Amino acid sequence: MDNAATTKIDPRVLAKMKPYYLRHYGNASSIHALGQENDLAIKACKAKIGQIFQANPDGLVFTSSATEANNFIIKGVMRANQEKGKHLIVSAIEHPCVLNSARELADEGYRVDYLPVDSDGLVKLDELEKMMKPETVLVSVMAVNNEIGVIQDIAKISELVHKKGAYFHTDAVQAIPYLNLDIKKLRIDFMSLSAHKFYGPLGAGLAFINPDIKIKPLIVGGGQENGLRAGTYNIPAIVGLTEALILSYKERTAYIKKVKALRDYFWTKIKQAIPEVYLNGSASKRTPNNLNIRFRRIEGEAILMDLSFKGIYVSTGSACSAQNLKVSATLKALGLDSADLNSNIRFSLGRYNTKAEIDYTVKCLKDTVKRLRQFTPIV
Amino acid sequence: MSLNYTKKTISHFLHPQNLGSVKNADACVSIGNMVCGDQLSFSIKVKDGIIKDIKFLSFGCASNIATASVLTERAKGITLAKAKSLKWEKIVEDLGGLPNQKIHCSILAVEGLKKVIAEYEAKHPVPLVKLVKKKSKK
Repeated sequence: MDNAATTKIDPRVLAKMKPYYLRHYGNASSIHALGQENDLAIKACKAKIGQIFQANPDGLVFTSSATEANNFIIKGVMRANQEKGKHLIVSAIEHPCVLNSARELADEGYRVDYLPVDSDGLVKLDELEKMMKPETVLVSVMAVNNEIGVIQDIAKISELVHKKGAYFHTDAVQAIPYLNLDIKKLRIDFMSLSAHKFYGPLGAGLAFINPDIKIKPLIVGGGQENGLRAGTYNIPAIVGLTEALILSYKERTAYIKKVKALRDYFWTKIKQAIPEVYLNGSASKRTPNNLNIRFRRIEGEAILMDLSFKGIYVSTGSACSAQNLKVSATLKALGLDSADLNSNIRFSLGRYNTKAEIDYTVKCLKDTVKRLRQFTPIV
Repeated sequence: MSLNYTKKTISHFLHPQNLGSVKNADACVSIGNMVCGDQLSFSIKVKDGIIKDIKFLSFGCASNIATASVLTERAKGITLAKAKSLKWEKIVEDLGGLPNQKIHCSILAVEGLKKVIAEYEAKHPVPLVKLVKKKSKK
């Protein structure tokens, strides 16, 4: 029930990767045959990915993670375009890798504005329009939020950003395969993905860049990826990411139908079994795998731990579960009552979940909530 | 994040001791952690300077519940003076250790105990005569 954290690799993806560990292990930068066949393999991967998103294959840069891709794009674009300005806008509900990249830039003297969201979790377009200045270089708004699964109106945001003469980046990590992302049509200048979120391998990220826009590399070294990302090409990861993307979009319709049916059934059952539960974020503008639920009067980490002992794995945005003991920026941005900020659980369904698992989860959840509510001091 | 609770902590989380509120309590207080939003409530019954009964309520994580549970076990049946000198390190020790970022839970529990005793003492001031007697004995 925690597929937004990571997914189990698709065995078909793993099978495609294996030969690149055991036989085709050449360094793609080597000019001998064993290396060059992998150079061709990478080019083939880029061409295939380009087709899925109508993206220019020359604008694809493989990274180790979406965190790296987001760091690379945000810092790289801001640092390379200082003559254009030093103003960056990111939404208030971005992943920490975007928020912390922005913070780092702010420390370096860049001006950063945080675009607020409404109580549904949708960014306020009128605010964005007001925030934009002639010196705004980049606007970063995630396609789908990692905690509440809320889908932003990327087309509208992109249009507004370009009208004002800035560049647009979207972290699309949680959007695969739920959204059809036509980079050309949507005029997405920069985009980031992560393979392990869609049944691909860990350690495989992807940055889409607009080759017409200046960007500075984050990692320098031997000049791989046209000098934009140094480090030996991780061939098995690249092949795995590509295969996982292809399968995700090929089997998209049936997959979405399945998780949506499970998710809707799950939410109906929870509402029937447990009082005082509320959905965080928009119900309609939301990916079909996500449920982020507020269980009033009890604490998220306690719910998570109790479920964990029953073999059910979920996530929480509660402060207690965070390394820095800070409540999630996303839940805060929704404007939840402060008493409710630590009472949230994210369920994110995936390919392997079954109806029997949902039934078992509802049964356990009912017991867990009942137990914890027995001794809460909050009325 | 590394968050491995000890078996003892897990056991106190799954089966907390002394849950609820003491009936006709002599003192009860709530205490909240400003950092993470956790809350604890303690109520006590005191007789002859000894904590006869102590119960707690919790809005908090597994370690918040476990630390309060273990604390009430320690506090029950001891003198107020002894209870006041209880150190959070003892609670951590009782649980066989706590993850670093959860140490503050044990501090909150100990502070809660001190607060409920302070509340009791404010409500039940020691008669002046007793104090004088004590001093004169010295």
